[in-house]
Amino acid sequence: MENLASLFVKAIFVENAVFTFFLGMCSFLAVSKKLKTAFGLGLAVVFVMVLTTPLNYIILKYMLGAGALAWIHPSLADVDLTFLSFILFISTIAGAVQLVEMAIEKFAPALYSALGIFLPLITVNCSILGASLFMQEREYNMAETTVFSLGTGIGFFLAIVLLAAIRERLQYSKIPPALQGLGIAMIVTGLMAMAFLSFSGIKL
Amino acid sequence: MAEVLEEVKKEPLFSKKNLQVIKDPLDDTNPISVQVLGICSALAVTVQVKPAFIMSLGVLFVSAFSNLIISLMRKGIPGRVRIIVQLIVVATLVTIVDQVLKAYMFDISKQLAVFVGLIITNCIIMGRLEAFALGQKPWPSFLDGIGNGLGYGLILVTVAVFRELFGAGKILGFNIIPQWAYDHGYVNNGLMVLPPAALFLIGTYIWIQRSRNTKLINVS
Repeated sequence: MENLASLFVKAIFVENAVFTFFLGMCSFLAVSKKLKTAFGLGLAVVFVMVLTTPLNYIILKYMLGAGALAWIHPSLADVDLTFLSFILFISTIAGAVQLVEMAIEKFAPALYSALGIFLPLITVNCSILGASLFMQEREYNMAETTVFSLGTGIGFFLAIVLLAAIRERLQYSKIPPALQGLGIAMIVTGLMAMAFLSFSGIKL
Repeated sequence: MAEVLEEVKKEPLFSKKNLQVIKDPLDDTNPISVQVLGICSALAVTVQVKPAFIMSLGVLFVSAFSNLIISLMRKGIPGRVRIIVQLIVVATLVTIVDQVLKAYMFDISKQLAVFVGLIITNCIIMGRLEAFALGQKPWPSFLDGIGNGLGYGLILVTVAVFRELFGAGKILGFNIIPQWAYDHGYVNNGLMVLPPAALFLIGTYIWIQRSRNTKLINVS
């Protein structure tokens, strides 16, 4: 039962989803060309993550784990359905993203058209499924899951906004043609990852 | 006027067009360095060659067979549930890979940890399903899955060879750097074992690839 505050700070800085575990890299590299879209995508990822990870925890605890189905009928106490976790996790995420998409379309149509295709692409953002899988692997309880997912989402948001800010400035630099675009983005991300390594010495 | 009915020629299994589908992702349309897909796992599992190799085999299997299955089903999938159907097919295949790994290669499965599950969200698989399998016939789709798996594996194993060789002095567990080098003061490069090295290596690979293949400059 880790201290919740230290778990939160660890999820944002020490074990940042993007710079330590490389989750969500595809949308991270593809959307970070403009600061505004990066900002919107980051917020959407935080929201979906905090929505789906606790939901997946509930599914894991009351439906899939070993002995989880005992609340329906005692004879089901030795049923272990953990192998179905991938399928159920990704279905929850797909459903949640669909709901978020419909809600944004109704209540904030300007944001909806600004995000465009990237909203449905959140479904396959590895960081969201990754957060659920880490939650399963590390056997967090509900409070830890909520704090962890909030921290991971904010970590992703921080990373993508930082890289977008840098890439917008890079437009004015003289970079060799073969390195422009994806190449220099990778190298800059590597330097940022090295910077974030400095957090690993923090004792919380 | 007599109409000549032309026989629809069946394309041979390994015709030039089909072979191109396998060869393109190795260089021109490489999923990692050109299409910007599948980056997450390419960075995370390349610390040693063996997990990188097993991971590429896993992605190749899932990509080829999910392409095949979705291509066979393509005429019957309603538009609105397209993504969910794709995700369920891919998730099932990944569950199979995960269970096989846990059964026969438990130590590698522990090393790969959550990244086997993350093959589901590996953008290569979803990207190729949307871009290719939904509109093409089963056999070319299967070959496209194999081609992209090979392109992915090429980068993974290349990066892993560098990282393991310079970070630990070994490849596949076999000592490559001889003991006398260590005795004379050679030290393993600690940065190679850390995540940023993978980013630098792939960035360098992209630089070299785009210098040689100039039509790829600024494509992504």
